[in-house]
Amino acid sequence: MIRFIAKRLGSGLVVLFVVSALTFVLLYTSSGSIARNILGDQATPEQVALKEQELGLDQPLVTRYFAWLGDALSGNLSASWFTSEPVANSLATRIPVTMTMVFAAMILIAVCATLIGVAAAVKRGWVDRVVQVGAIVGDSIPGYVIGVLLVTVLAIQLGFFPATSTISPGVGPEAWVYSMTLPVIALLINGVTGGAQQIRSAVIKQLERDYVRTLRSRGITEREILFKHVLRSAAPAGLTVLSLQLIGMLGGVVIIEQIFALPGMGPLAVTATAQTDLPVVMGVVMYTVVVVIVVNLLVDILNGWLNPKVRVS
Amino acid sequence: MSDSVETAAVAAPMPVGQSGTVVRSTVIRRLLKNPLGIASLVILGSIAVLAVLAPVLAPFGENFANITKTLAAPDSVNILGTDSAGRDTWSRLLFGAQLTLLSALLCAGVAIAIGLPAGLIAGYYGGKFEGVSNWVVSILMSLPGLIVLLTIRAAFGPSVWISMIAFGVLISPSYFRLTRTAVQSVRNELYVDAARVSGLSDLSIIARHIFSVVRAPIIIQTAAIAGVAIAIQSGLEFLGLGDPTRATWGVMLSEGFKNVYLTPTLLLWPALAMALTIGGLVLLGNAIRDALEDGEKIRHRRQRTPVAGTSAERTTAERAKARQARKTVAAVDIGTEHHLVKVTHLGVGYPQADGSVKKVVDDVSFHVDRGEILGIVGESGSGKSQTAFSILGLLPDNARIVAGSIQFDGNYTVAPGEDRVNQDRLSRLRGKRISYIPQEPMSNLDPAFTIGYQLVTPMVRVLGITKAEARKRALKLLADVGIANPERTFQAYPHEVSGGMAQRVLIAGAISCEPDLVIADEPTTALDVTVQADVLDLLRELQQRLNIGVILVTHNFGVVADLCDRVVVMQNGRLVEEGTVREILRSPKEKYTQTLLGSMLEGKTPMTMLVSPPEGPVSHESGSTAPAGQDAAAEKEPVA
Repeated sequence: MIRFIAKRLGSGLVVLFVVSALTFVLLYTSSGSIARNILGDQATPEQVALKEQELGLDQPLVTRYFAWLGDALSGNLSASWFTSEPVANSLATRIPVTMTMVFAAMILIAVCATLIGVAAAVKRGWVDRVVQVGAIVGDSIPGYVIGVLLVTVLAIQLGFFPATSTISPGVGPEAWVYSMTLPVIALLINGVTGGAQQIRSAVIKQLERDYVRTLRSRGITEREILFKHVLRSAAPAGLTVLSLQLIGMLGGVVIIEQIFALPGMGPLAVTATAQTDLPVVMGVVMYTVVVVIVVNLLVDILNGWLNPKVRVS
Repeated sequence: MSDSVETAAVAAPMPVGQSGTVVRSTVIRRLLKNPLGIASLVILGSIAVLAVLAPVLAPFGENFANITKTLAAPDSVNILGTDSAGRDTWSRLLFGAQLTLLSALLCAGVAIAIGLPAGLIAGYYGGKFEGVSNWVVSILMSLPGLIVLLTIRAAFGPSVWISMIAFGVLISPSYFRLTRTAVQSVRNELYVDAARVSGLSDLSIIARHIFSVVRAPIIIQTAAIAGVAIAIQSGLEFLGLGDPTRATWGVMLSEGFKNVYLTPTLLLWPALAMALTIGGLVLLGNAIRDALEDGEKIRHRRQRTPVAGTSAERTTAERAKARQARKTVAAVDIGTEHHLVKVTHLGVGYPQADGSVKKVVDDVSFHVDRGEILGIVGESGSGKSQTAFSILGLLPDNARIVAGSIQFDGNYTVAPGEDRVNQDRLSRLRGKRISYIPQEPMSNLDPAFTIGYQLVTPMVRVLGITKAEARKRALKLLADVGIANPERTFQAYPHEVSGGMAQRVLIAGAISCEPDLVIADEPTTALDVTVQADVLDLLRELQQRLNIGVILVTHNFGVVADLCDRVVVMQNGRLVEEGTVREILRSPKEKYTQTLLGSMLEGKTPMTMLVSPPEGPVSHESGSTAPAGQDAAAEKEPVA
């Protein structure tokens, strides 16, 4: 098991390296005259040249990448070109906001999608039809459109929730809950509808397996077959669905945070993109890739725990 | 957002082996019969027409602004009102449709252009190319689409087209995986081999045979991907990172959201347009999938299926009482009318889509007594397994008892007139008095639990003994069924033991709660020839020692000759002959039985005794089954 984890971790680091190199090359070769962008049109060629030197842009690309990589490994992701704030600091203050929402949404998705999906698989009938229709509706409306509609109706028209966040450093947990309820709902609706549908099919597939019939023939109750055997066998499929949803959510949350004016990764990413603030963009990409790698590693470990075949090999 | 796409790819069915226009035309006809299919086509068609005719239909240019008339309510000039810059909402909606549809097409086109050839090559040739592509795919799949598009935007500036090309590349793995899997599944099909042998080049094989297999799934996939592309494209525009000179639904949504306090209706139109378009695509994908899958869909009657918990655990008191009751039941004498199992005029059927019922078992009657082995013989599709499963009450949910009754030890488990097996009554019998030995040993053990756990749990439930007692019994049972090292097998997971050993484990499980009746469904078919004889010996030995009744379902007269006392022969769901083993083997009356026996005893090795081609996994084994059975039969019953 330890070797298995080490191997997955190793391949994760390779992915991290490859993605960082590709992103770096892509960003720094395509963005035109960076120094001119920063200084504006009035800058003299001398000022531009000076700025380029200051940012190290006169160095060859490979040198610059390995300088960035060396700094990154020691925890220094360099500073924003526009605000001069170290990127690592911005990430540190914003990641908690984003991750709180993402994890709250994921936990709720996992619970709701599993309950609804299992109910649909076992009971069929109307629950099943609701799940089928729900999946189509959920697929049809992007999460941020749901977010916009939620704000408009529940916050602006009815005033149940704040339209924009009241989160700032030092506020109490009730302000967080109050501010994050709507964004989390906006994040989780697509996840629940899609996830329930997937978990439903995974459970139905397991219920049709031979060993389920044999367990029935042994006098094991339906309840025990479902909760002990079928759910356990369906879990890897469910975990894969949830991990894909979490990865998708890292993108979706950017728009949701923008809608609700939450001080998370979203506004940082959007501003940096619009300004071509490349160190910040690099930081955002790195954070995303690290989260993805950690999530995939956790899923692998959980699958290993659930499936004795993986555990042994 | 890329998650839903991937799942759509996995869910897409593959009509393997179908070729050409016949399939296509029937699919289109089924699609047009489906109300959802028509609805989605009408929605998408209208939006496409509106988009194409936007320059003609739109009363104003996409950026024409009347600054004296901002945020106006709908009137005769601006039928949907105007935005904060005085631009006409209806016109911008039309131009937005044009851009949205074009960008979705571009994205899907790029994804197909990359994913389809790569998937064909990886699936057809495999090798290094497949390894490398899989690695690239795993990286692309693990990146959130929006974050990548933000990076592309930072690198290349605001352009709908560049971002859609990038997203096309990013999402191409979904086509790659779809195509690779489909190609791999047909690569080794006989007709592809035949094409290869007949000298067709790889290119024309791919074009002719393999492309026809992936065509339908790709259409389904494209519907899903176009929807996702529209969502993510509008998301970028909504964030204000798109091209500000173009009217898009995302920009309009953002504009509406900025003015939500003043004119909340402004954001309604682009949201509606998006939901209609993406919804239309999702519905279309579903409708095509349904049309492909349709074929033999069985209409489910609205009847409750056995639900978790209805056969809830009994209390210990009830369990003890039941045990008591069981002890007091007198042993049934052979020859009396009080048989252990009595099947009377049984019929089993499956309701079909057209309302008719397809009968798989028809007017079957027989009985089994304690201490007796009854063979049910027939080729695959003769209804022998269906008959066995109706005694066990383990028929598929959609099966119906269409006639007759089943009694176990004098009590009805299927009373005359009932159309389903009575699960209440049977759940009290299953495991305890009736047990089951399945055909395929490996798939009948839960891979996630140790063999010990799977033996102990039923004993704790059914016999009400402690775990420690059950463990002791399980170890003894494992030794009884001839496993050399019971302790080690007890702790092993199913994948750690051989098929023969797994079958011994299943036999141990079947007799663990001292049943009165064991139903064995082809218990040796999936085993190696050398193991088959051992397992048959074991069955006979256990049956004699425990004096239980056995129903042995088989297609193999060798097994019948070896074990059974009496035989019933089934063909096409009907019972064609019944008698003692001696009678049937010596002087079969029915022609069908003679054919079965003839193909069994007179043929030369290797052969199968099946008259028609066997189905499923049995086919590998049946060839090797016959010789062993033949020897056994020859020894016991010399044929005149």
